[in-house]
Amino acid sequence: MTTTDSPPAPVAPVRRRRSSGDTERGFSRTFRWIATGAGALILATLAAVALFLIVRAWPAMTASSEALAEAVPRYPDDTSFIAYVGPLIFGTLLAAVLALLIATPVAMGVALFISHYAPRRLAQALGYLVDLLAAIPSVVYGLWGFTVLAPVLAPLWTWLNNWFGWFPLFAGDVSPTARTMATVAVVLAVMILPIITAVSREVFLQTPKLHEEAALALGATRWEMVRTAVLPFGQSGVISAAMLGLGRALGETMAVLMILSPGFLYSFKILQAAQQQTIAAYIALDFPEASGLAVNALIATGLALFVITLAVNMAARAIVARRKEFSGAN
Amino acid sequence: MVGALALSLAACGSDPGAADPAGEGSESGTGLSGELNGGGASSQESAMEAWRAGFQSANPDVTVNYDPVGSGGGRESFISGAYPFAGSDAALEDDELADAEAQCGEGGVIQYPAYISPVAVAFNLEGVDTLNMPAETIAGIFAGEITAWDDEAIAADNPDAELPSTDITVVHRSEDSGTTENFQEYLHTVVPDVWTWEAEGIWPIKGQESAQGTSGVVSAAQAGEGTITYADASQIDDLGTVAVGVGDDFVEYSPEAAAAVVEDSPRVEGTSESVFAYDLQRDIAGTYPIVLVSYHLACGTYEDAATADLVKGLYTYILSDEGQAKAAESAGSAPLPTSLTEQFLPAVEAITAG
Repeated sequence: MTTTDSPPAPVAPVRRRRSSGDTERGFSRTFRWIATGAGALILATLAAVALFLIVRAWPAMTASSEALAEAVPRYPDDTSFIAYVGPLIFGTLLAAVLALLIATPVAMGVALFISHYAPRRLAQALGYLVDLLAAIPSVVYGLWGFTVLAPVLAPLWTWLNNWFGWFPLFAGDVSPTARTMATVAVVLAVMILPIITAVSREVFLQTPKLHEEAALALGATRWEMVRTAVLPFGQSGVISAAMLGLGRALGETMAVLMILSPGFLYSFKILQAAQQQTIAAYIALDFPEASGLAVNALIATGLALFVITLAVNMAARAIVARRKEFSGAN
Repeated sequence: MVGALALSLAACGSDPGAADPAGEGSESGTGLSGELNGGGASSQESAMEAWRAGFQSANPDVTVNYDPVGSGGGRESFISGAYPFAGSDAALEDDELADAEAQCGEGGVIQYPAYISPVAVAFNLEGVDTLNMPAETIAGIFAGEITAWDDEAIAADNPDAELPSTDITVVHRSEDSGTTENFQEYLHTVVPDVWTWEAEGIWPIKGQESAQGTSGVVSAAQAGEGTITYADASQIDDLGTVAVGVGDDFVEYSPEAAAAVVEDSPRVEGTSESVFAYDLQRDIAGTYPIVLVSYHLACGTYEDAATADLVKGLYTYILSDEGQAKAAESAGSAPLPTSLTEQFLPAVEAITAG
């Protein structure tokens, strides 16, 4: 019976479309409103956050540097607001970029292993395990970072400093407690690993089977097949995965707050203590005792973070969108 | 429920003559009920936790909330009247006191040190458990002038200790903290020419290691060899500690020696009868001079009878032997000597509605 009923169905949508939703009734109409509302709510929330940040940050951004130095405990004397936020933006970007440099190659390896090398059962289990990493709260990463990881990494950092101290990143006096940007970057890398792996894996799995088989038929080894067919196909997907990871690393607060021994410098010395600080950790650290203009100043740094994160996510979106055009040709 | 509430309120109202003197909060049936919201210094949070628990179990209908927003926030909210009671790591300044008096009205302000805890100077050095250091040495180390453990200045007072040539790594609190302020106040008072910075909640020197919270600095100190830090003495774990030079002697920290500093120091003159602040003397023989003193604030009169009874009940409990023992047990603070609680109690018991 169902087969005989179905032919008229294609006709119905066409008519509906023409009459511009007039025939939608009952729950269909309600659901349309719910879905539209949900979509609008996102925009409204984003607008509300942006408005809040701008309104509350405004007094700090327009205040004189004397007034700010008076009110904000860590405000450097005789500098503009930019000079105050600058090192924080620098620290935030440094932490996120370092984490990305560590995490992306590892995540690509894991993703390739899952999609092209592992036996089916192992691949599934491994996929779950990697996703599980994302479920661990960041406060636990923080605890793990400073109680377990930092003491383990300290000798490695000392070694790097001894032998590669000429390289700007590893210069300076190495910290004996290892509560430095280098340790933070490792922890952040672990935290952003799941999202980069998950997205890369999906992209690699979408590689057209024909491409892969063609490569193999031409006598390519497994690695050559990955290099010539999978990686070019997945390239922009991996980039957008990395951008998503970057977004998470930029906003990470708790783990940084617990591990990093903060400083306010434009410094690349990631093995030395008291050099950099990230915006999110700075706000969390100083907000409890802040009042008056100091709160506005903290919110202004939050606005800077908001703008950076928004830009990163928009860039990721743009790359994903470009990729769609290419994959359509496949 | 409403009937019971009305009944208990009526019981309060019909019995204005303070039927419950001197901290007998442990006997149930004091008739207190309601909710009391305060906040302030986070240093006394764990002690306040113990006091809340003790006070609430004695008065099952009472809920006390303490929001550890920090000393500054606590004082601000108390002065604005948002908190009927507050905790603060610093006594009220003169202008703050004037504002608070204006807010409280004719009953005036009540302020007394409720929480005294020794601040230990703790270090992590293989094979060394204790070192003698006068204030100049401590200040020199934390200021970054003494940089190695086998420095002459340290060795001179510790002829028997085997000091390695390890670099000294100073670890301080990264956030605004009452412990930092009290520690600096000690250094600045005793050796102002070495420790030239005014006491502040934020550490003045840049480029040194830091960590968030007491547990943070302690674990940072434990993680590195040759580290030194300052922290609430009850939480320093297995770190070595400094016996601090007082006069010609070196005194190890202990709750009793810390409480003795407040007990033996003169009261700040010129404040009202119920405002207790002390001019801490750091050179009294046998006392431990680095202490964190955290105050409690209240008004002498409240518009609301229920609030007045609750604040009075809570503070009376805190000053009772039971309350002090509870805090000492759970927070490691120094129990207030009875010579002090005897002075504070009359002011607290005089809290009324009006």
